[in-house]
Amino acid sequence: MAPTSRTILICSGKGGVGKTTLTANLGIALARQGQKTVVLDADFGLRNLDLLLGLENRIVYTAQEVLAQTCRLEQALVRHKQEPNLALLPAGNPRMLEWLKPEDMQSIVSMLQKQFDYVLIDCPAGIEDGFKNAAAAAREAIVITTPEVSAVRDADRVIGLLNTRGVSPVQLVLNRVRPKMMANQEMLAVDDVTDILALPLLGLVLEDEQVIVSTNRGEPLTLNGGGSPAARAYANIARRLQGEDVPLIDPAKEGRGLRAKVRRLMQKKIF
Amino acid sequence: MTLRDILDKLLGRQPASATTARERLQLVLAHDRSDLSPELLEQMRKEILEVVAKYVEIDLDHGDVSLETEDRVTALVANLPIRRPLAIPTRNNDQETVDA
Repeated sequence: MAPTSRTILICSGKGGVGKTTLTANLGIALARQGQKTVVLDADFGLRNLDLLLGLENRIVYTAQEVLAQTCRLEQALVRHKQEPNLALLPAGNPRMLEWLKPEDMQSIVSMLQKQFDYVLIDCPAGIEDGFKNAAAAAREAIVITTPEVSAVRDADRVIGLLNTRGVSPVQLVLNRVRPKMMANQEMLAVDDVTDILALPLLGLVLEDEQVIVSTNRGEPLTLNGGGSPAARAYANIARRLQGEDVPLIDPAKEGRGLRAKVRRLMQKKIF
Repeated sequence: MTLRDILDKLLGRQPASATTARERLQLVLAHDRSDLSPELLEQMRKEILEVVAKYVEIDLDHGDVSLETEDRVTALVANLPIRRPLAIPTRNNDQETVDA
């Protein structure tokens, strides 16, 4: 077993806040930084991680066949061609909805821990059985949310559940930050979210149209060492995860023009 | 208060929505975390006020019992301004005479 193998659950509660995008990009970024990484799609009812990684046509087996011993683990793992340090394992088949149990998740993860430095589990949305299965094998977690009331509320529920399960550390990624709206105080500030959820901030990802472009192509932004804001953010998250001290971006300093300066003046506390 | 807040006031504009978002979130999370429905909280509030009113005269208009959350810890906070203690003969008075 890789002695320092880490199993990290990536979850959010609410759907559509960027769990799968984070899992795909973090997986690629860690692999590029030399870490043997596997991404496990625990959302087998509605799986999409394969699509984001451009591996949708290469899935033959899933964790179900491995557990049923109809194939070997090596056969089920889909290796990424451009980034051989990364492998994908779908937990299951959308047609077998009731199959996976927490014990199954634990046995598949302990197999993966033997050969990978990082096991990233892409958790389904919600806090029901899908979440409980995915969380069963996780030691630590990354909660991803956006600066919106509904996403933060759902993240809070998930954090409560992770705490009672003893998952630790739990770190926060704030996604789809719009500096302009934050500066105009029309979006929850970074401090608002971290204060409310009381979690350490692992990363800030700015709203970035390139995310959609990369999803269209099935090539995660971090794959080509891309220079777009979100690509840099994901790569930084991967470095921080490995203990490197990478400073967080300050959304308020993103604009450098006169308009941004006026905006900053307007939000300065004067009394 | 920021320049923006002053401008908003002068122009009669609605305050920026981030503040509203923060306040609404804090309230809803306090309820989520404590698993108390607004009805239950209201019932508890009434009963607390009744108990306190037995001992002191409280200012009901300015009293407030609410849930507040900080660092994932939820606290029940009661702010009950006291007008004056009720002038009822209590055990305290009896004790004073005994002591004397």
